[in-house]
Amino acid sequence: MSVKVLIPTPLQKLTNDQATLDCDGTSVVELLESLEQSCPGIKARLCDEQGQLRRFVNFYVNSEDIRFLDGINTSLSDGDEVSIIPAIAGG
Amino acid sequence: MTQATQLKAHSTTAAFEALKCKECGAEYELKATHVCEFCFGPLEVKYDYDLLRRTVTRETIQAGPHSIWRYRPFLPVATNTPIDVGTGMTPLVQANRLARRLGLKKLYIKNDAVNMPTLSFKDRVVSVALTRAQELGFTTVSCASTGNLANSTAAIAAHAGLECCVFIPSDLEAGKVMGTLIYNPTVMSVHGNYDQVNRLCSEVANTHGWGFVNINLRPYYSEGSKTLGYEVAEQLGWQLPDHIVAPLASGSLFTKIYKGFQEFVEVGLVDAKPVRFSGAQAEGCSPIAKAFEEGRDFISPVKPNTIAKSIAIGNPADGVYAIDIARKTNGNIASVNDAEIIEGIKLLAETEGIFTETAGGTTIAVLKKLVEAGKIDPEETTVVYITGNGLKTQEAVQGYVGEPFTIEPKLDSFERALERSKTLDRLEWQQVLV
Repeated sequence: MSVKVLIPTPLQKLTNDQATLDCDGTSVVELLESLEQSCPGIKARLCDEQGQLRRFVNFYVNSEDIRFLDGINTSLSDGDEVSIIPAIAGG
Repeated sequence: MTQATQLKAHSTTAAFEALKCKECGAEYELKATHVCEFCFGPLEVKYDYDLLRRTVTRETIQAGPHSIWRYRPFLPVATNTPIDVGTGMTPLVQANRLARRLGLKKLYIKNDAVNMPTLSFKDRVVSVALTRAQELGFTTVSCASTGNLANSTAAIAAHAGLECCVFIPSDLEAGKVMGTLIYNPTVMSVHGNYDQVNRLCSEVANTHGWGFVNINLRPYYSEGSKTLGYEVAEQLGWQLPDHIVAPLASGSLFTKIYKGFQEFVEVGLVDAKPVRFSGAQAEGCSPIAKAFEEGRDFISPVKPNTIAKSIAIGNPADGVYAIDIARKTNGNIASVNDAEIIEGIKLLAETEGIFTETAGGTTIAVLKKLVEAGKIDPEETTVVYITGNGLKTQEAVQGYVGEPFTIEPKLDSFERALERSKTLDRLEWQQVLV
């Protein structure tokens, strides 16, 4: 089972400049572990000491913000696309 | 080197030094980047305030241009010739009739509905962002926009000779779409709401080498809003107001007005005093107001459903900072429904002769609500920020204002119509043949 993850520019130093990665995981929590396995250090950038996503990190599963789904417990299926996006100002 | 030469050298040295993470304090070079690599916090421009204190006075500011560039030392650009299209120095109107209607004594409207060149406060941030974009070597600029930012980016890019590509949600008001297309940029009209447009843009931001004013240029761009703080302080006779009320979309404007006031105090241009900060949202998109009411320090995003499209940001990046400021200044954040927003637009127009768009209607309606709840002291010098122009969002008030009397070019036709006008309720006029 494989999920495609879009990596934002600020994290690409940890992914050898890869903009997308294929990862495993049946939920966002598992995906974070899988990311950490392949790119050590990446989880600490995304999560605080309690393991919660930092407040300026947005996770999307198939274009939907996971805060409209089950948060970090949102389940993932084969072929899903996950985007990690920093918060953006504007209007 | 003599003191005089040193001072001269200083005056041509830019005071902005680095980008600094607002969350963890990590510092970065002054490049086109907006996010901390360590914690994803937003980056902000850091200044040398000692240099500013030594080199900037009220007189040097007053001797500058009649635009935001009179505050150039406080803005993150190095050039002596920024893009100056007359942006800023909009009227600060003493709003006596609106004040009387609401029961206030000292009320001012900062009227950015007549900001140049595209009639919203966005011209401030875009003038700064595009000047910086040129310094960083960009030849194409871009943005994700709810309308006003697209208008401004396209217009000022045209003036500066920059290529431009803007992204907007496909359901925007006709005036905002036309007000972008006329400058002949590339316009991507995206099936989705603003938050989806923004997400798309952040995915393309670094792929084409473009300067996205609200993404990779955001630390510079957002600094332009500080001029709304500086101008009010200067126009009040170099003093701060007691209370400000401003619309909240991403929350950036609100935090930068605060930063502007703080900086003027820091460098000794005005005396320190407490200023209360109150924010306005539309009920159909009020994630910041809800978090404020519920005492939360995090934002739960929402899917916008309101006529106030220009402030319909469901996932506001600076929302938590706006809440911090409202709380620590003893201000409030409140929301109003669409009917109240329309009443707010009409109230400002009928009492002060200012036609604002839905964001301004929201702000006036929240002002009214806060006054009625006893949350604004009538004695406070209160400044309300009106950030956009009503001619761009005519759809919002269509059907809620009167219709003209259609008459024959004859005296008796006019007299009959005039008689009707005195006896009929305006909304009924539409149905009655005169």
